[in-house]
Amino acid sequence: MTRLRRVRRWGPGLLLLTPSIILIAVFVYGLIGWNIKVSLSDWRTSVKSTHYAGFAAYKDLNSDPVWWSYNMRHLAVFTVAFIVGTLIVGWTLAFLLDKGVRGEGFFRAVYLFPMAISFIAAGIVWRWLMNPAPGDRTSGLNAIFDKLGLHALENQWYLGQNWGMAAMAMPAVWALSGYIMALFLAGFRGVPEELREAARMDGASEYRVYRHVVFPHLRPVTLSALIILGHISIKVFDLIVAIGGKQVITMVPAVYMWINIYDAHDYAKGAAIATLLLLGISILIVPYLIFTVRSERNA
Amino acid sequence: MSSLSQTPPIVAPVPRLRRRARSAPLARYALLLLFAVIVLIPVYVLVVTSFKGVLETDASHAWSLPHLWTTEAWSQAWTQLSPNLGNSFKLVIPATVISVVLGALNGFVLSKWKFPGADIVFTLFLFGMFIPYQAVMIPLTTLLEDVHFPAGIPRLAFAHIVYGIPITALIFRNYYATIPNDLMEAARMDRAGMLRTFWSVVLPISMPAFVVAAIWQFTSIWNDFLFAVFIITDPAKWPVTVALNNTTGSLVTPYNLQMSAALLASLPTLIVYVLLGRYFMRGLMAGALKG
Repeated sequence: MTRLRRVRRWGPGLLLLTPSIILIAVFVYGLIGWNIKVSLSDWRTSVKSTHYAGFAAYKDLNSDPVWWSYNMRHLAVFTVAFIVGTLIVGWTLAFLLDKGVRGEGFFRAVYLFPMAISFIAAGIVWRWLMNPAPGDRTSGLNAIFDKLGLHALENQWYLGQNWGMAAMAMPAVWALSGYIMALFLAGFRGVPEELREAARMDGASEYRVYRHVVFPHLRPVTLSALIILGHISIKVFDLIVAIGGKQVITMVPAVYMWINIYDAHDYAKGAAIATLLLLGISILIVPYLIFTVRSERNA
Repeated sequence: MSSLSQTPPIVAPVPRLRRRARSAPLARYALLLLFAVIVLIPVYVLVVTSFKGVLETDASHAWSLPHLWTTEAWSQAWTQLSPNLGNSFKLVIPATVISVVLGALNGFVLSKWKFPGADIVFTLFLFGMFIPYQAVMIPLTTLLEDVHFPAGIPRLAFAHIVYGIPITALIFRNYYATIPNDLMEAARMDRAGMLRTFWSVVLPISMPAFVVAAIWQFTSIWNDFLFAVFIITDPAKWPVTVALNNTTGSLVTPYNLQMSAALLASLPTLIVYVLLGRYFMRGLMAGALKG
């Protein structure tokens, strides 16, 4: 009887959620499984095929010169430059705003606005800024360096042989620093004022207050920021398409997957790349989700 | 949000976001201003170049103001992109509305009308927010084709609604978590059922969450490129991001047209941001997974 009453209590909730549960079950988990199946098939042309072919597509990727020496190397350089750059800029902005300044609303709005713009649109202006043309066609940032006599700074930007992907990270840093600033600002201000006060009463200098009271409080925020930026970086797609197009010199896995489907019609290989992307992200996200939900339950 | 499509959410509770304004050392203002100027450089380039005539878009005039301000590039951009702007609106408005309504109901159940295992379901939902959508794209396009789902914009809208379920549920769940449980208990005492409680107790105080979720979905769907490029095969049905990339991807497109087209395609989200920016910031924080 009590059991029935309990079901009557939560039953409608479950019922209301059921359509969404089904949609997520089918379109997230079901399709992920299906995609893995495609990656293990011999669907290598525009003619659909569902025959099992083992890990052939993965083996092809492994021996594909573009995969390791371009895709993976590019992704590594991009990720490091993007994460380090965004963390430093975002943290610095939050630190500068922390104590409250006049015009804070204005500054926050300016730093955050790039988030409202698509990477496709932002890519267009950044491609102009990072124009690598030499001589009297010198334009964009190189033209400014040229005028200021900073010739050493003029460079090939995203078309640079070794560090081009670090330049490619600049628009991404520009786009997401404001977001990380918002995160850190919430972190800074989550430190109870009484704690800072208490440290000051004990005669701690402002430097030591930050060093020993504020910064340790920022560790969870920093971890979240790292995970969020890391997963954005693994997925980076539109920015690369907008700036580099399909060139091999700016190739990353998400774009390579698209090319394999659209230009090469190699569905198994595209699905294999997608599966590897998912794997990379899961390693980052799953522990984070479990940890987050568990700590919420304990709270 | 860059394509905040791109960009899911966050951490951290929302503490007092604002602190009493006070004057700060000059050096700090100087630094803040310097950063603001750097952030705004691309805007300067976009605006200035978009009002130049085609003769002034060469390298020697790169950074200078136009000698002759002209809207010629703007009208060209409008001619090229207006059908796609229309597509984007036809896509974004219904998708946002449905997403947000679904999000409110889901968020309510997941925070205030929990069933056994609700937290596990929520966690499984959340994972769907972080996945690279490439990992579902091939089967998704195949499946929608196989079941003869109406092609074009309805297909794309459907995809955005489905993959928007996690983020909207998260935004509403976090918001509803701040509603005192006493309020629910009171409704229960009055023997109000679930829908009745939602309708007359919860909904009237849900406005902030609706605004946040709507801004979030509007911006992400408007800025999306990945879903559109895979799902829409007919160029006449392209939303503006795909058309924009197609127009400007070729190197022969003059810069004044590239910049005016980029600005034109960004105007709707920029207007939303300027009008509702405060909520945008709050959305970022509320999208927060508590960490």
